Amino acid sequence: MNILTLKKVLTVSLVLTFFVILVLLFSLMVGSVRVSPGRTIQVLYQFFLGHGETEMEMERTIILSLRLPRALLAGMVGAGLSVSGAIFQALLRNPLADPYILGVSSGSAVGAILAILLGFGSLSFGLPFASFVGALLTIGVVFYFGKQEGRMHPNILLLAGVITGSFLSAIIMFFLSISQKEELHTILFWLMGDFSFANPQSVLIILPYLAGGFGVLYRRSRHLNLILSGEENAHQLGVDVERLKILSYLCASLITAASVSLCGLIGFVGLIIPHSARLLFGPDHRLLLPAASLIGASFLILCDTLARTLLSPVELPVGVITAAFGGPFFIYLLRKRKGVKTL
Amino acid sequence: MIDLRSLSFRYRQEWVLKEISLRIEKGEFIGVIGPNGSGKSTFLKILCRLLSPQEGDILLDTVPLKEMTQREIAKKIAIVPQEAYSLFPFRVIEIVLMGRSPYLGHLLFEGSKDLEMVKRAMDWTGILSIGERYMDELSGGERKRVFIARALAQEPEIILLDEPTANLDIHHQVDFLHLIVSLNRDRGLTIVMASHDLNIASEYCDRLILLQEGRIYKMGSPRDVITRETIEAVYGCRVWVDENPISGMPRITLLKRGREGSGA
Repeated sequence: MNILTLKKVLTVSLVLTFFVILVLLFSLMVGSVRVSPGRTIQVLYQFFLGHGETEMEMERTIILSLRLPRALLAGMVGAGLSVSGAIFQALLRNPLADPYILGVSSGSAVGAILAILLGFGSLSFGLPFASFVGALLTIGVVFYFGKQEGRMHPNILLLAGVITGSFLSAIIMFFLSISQKEELHTILFWLMGDFSFANPQSVLIILPYLAGGFGVLYRRSRHLNLILSGEENAHQLGVDVERLKILSYLCASLITAASVSLCGLIGFVGLIIPHSARLLFGPDHRLLLPAASLIGASFLILCDTLARTLLSPVELPVGVITAAFGGPFFIYLLRKRKGVKTL
Repeated sequence: MIDLRSLSFRYRQEWVLKEISLRIEKGEFIGVIGPNGSGKSTFLKILCRLLSPQEGDILLDTVPLKEMTQREIAKKIAIVPQEAYSLFPFRVIEIVLMGRSPYLGHLLFEGSKDLEMVKRAMDWTGILSIGERYMDELSGGERKRVFIARALAQEPEIILLDEPTANLDIHHQVDFLHLIVSLNRDRGLTIVMASHDLNIASEYCDRLILLQEGRIYKMGSPRDVITRETIEAVYGCRVWVDENPISGMPRITLLKRGREGSGA
C-alpha cells in the first residue's frame, strides 16, 4: 500500500527546488536590460565562488544588487506566506484562513503607515522596523484575547483576530483619509505588496524567521495531521495539543510578520498556494509544508518578475499579479481535482 | 485491570459524575447505558484521560492514570470517537497509520513494523481493500471500521466505543457488533461501549453499568439490570421487558404513552 516516506518527500522537494531555480534564473535574465542565460550563470558562478573583476560590470550590478536580492526575497516571502497559510488553515480548521486572517497584516500596516506619515519611513530600515513592531503587538493582543481559561479555542482565536484586524483597519482608513497625495501613493503601493525596496539585508532579515519557523513546524508536521480531525483525537493519540497550537500560532505569525514588514501585503499567495499544494500532494503536512513552500516560492518569484516587466518601465504592485494569475490557476486545479486525487 | 475509586468529575459547577467506584476486568465486554446527560461519554473520556477527574483515582494495572503520559495511555487504551471529520480528507490508510502515533513520538515517518501492524488492523476490520480510498467517499459503516482499525493500530488492551451503532442500519449494526465481539473473544480485548440501544447492550455485553445523573444506579449482568422497574425508574418512561426468544436475554419493547400496556 502506498504510504508517505521520507524518500517521497525528498524526491518531491528536489523536483520542486529545481523548478524554483529555473524560475529564479529566468527572473534574473529578464527586465529592462536582458541578460543571456549563459552570462547570468557566469555572473552567479563568479559571485558565489568569489572570483574577481570581469568586463560585464553593468550586467553584474543589475543581477547582483537589483534582481538577485529581489528574487530571493520574493521566493522567501512566497514560501513563508504559503507555509503560514497552511498552518493557519489547520490551526483554525478553516479552509478560508490565510496568513492575514488574525490581523497580523493590519497591525503591520498601521506600523508601516505611521512610519511613512511621521517621516522616519526610510524604506529600507525604518518602515520594516515599524511594521514589524506593529505586527508583534497585534500577535500579542490576539493571543491574549484568543485564550479562554488558559486554552486556545480555534473559533475564539478566529474571532479575536478578525475583530482586532477590523479595528486596525479602521485606523488604517483614518490615516489614509488624512494623508497627503505623495504619501498616499507610497502607502497604497505598500498595501498592495511591493518588492522594489528589496536589498541583500532584507534577505538576511527574513531568513532566520523562515528557516527557524519552518524547522519548528516541520518537526511537528505529523502531529499537525492529527489535529486536522479534531483536538480530542490528537490529544487521545498522545499529542500535547495546547503546546502544538501555541507553537504553530507563534511560528506562522512570526513568519508572516517578517514577510509583510519587508514587502507589504501581498494577498492571495497564502490562501491559494496551500490549497493548490493539497490538491496536488494531499493534506499530509509532512509533504504539504515543503511542497507548499517551494510552490509558493516559484509562484511569487514569477509574479514579481511579471509585475516589473509586463508594463515596463511602469511597475505594477505584485498583489495585482498574484490575484490575476493565481485565481484562474486555482480554479483550474479545483476542476481537475477528481483526476489529480488518485495520483 | 482498571480500578476506579470514588471518582467524581465536573465541567464547571455541577458534578457530571459522582463517586463512581468499579473494577473492569481483563477481557470483559462492558456496556455503559443511561439517559441523555447521565454521563456516559464523560465516563469514557475519563477512562482515557481526555478529561481528568477532580476527585478519586483511576488505576490502570495498579498504576495511577494521572502519573502516566498521554502516549503511555494511548498504547493501552484506545477510544473510537462518534464521528471525526477531517477538514481535508485523508486516505483510509493514512487515518489508520495515525494510530501508530503513540509509538512514533517525535519520529516523522512510520517504519515497516508500523505498516505491518496497520495492515493487520485493516485485515481484522475488513478494510484492506479500501485502503487507498478517501474518507469522504466512504459510507458511515466503512468509516466506523476505519476508526476501529486506527484504534487497533494502537495495539491497545482496552477499546472504548462511544455510541458505535448510532447512524447505522440494522445490517451494519449486526456486522459491526460481530466485529467487536470477535475482537473481544478471539483477540482478548477488553471493550467498554456506551450505548443508547438497550437491546443491543443486553444482547452483546457481559456486564452493564446503568448511570443516572452521574451515579451508578445499577451494575451487573443484563438480566439484573434490564428489568422493567429499573428501566422505568431511570428513563422515566413505560417499557415492556420480556425475553428474547432466541438468546434468552432481556428484551425491551417501547410502549406508547397513555396506553397502560404494562398492566401496572
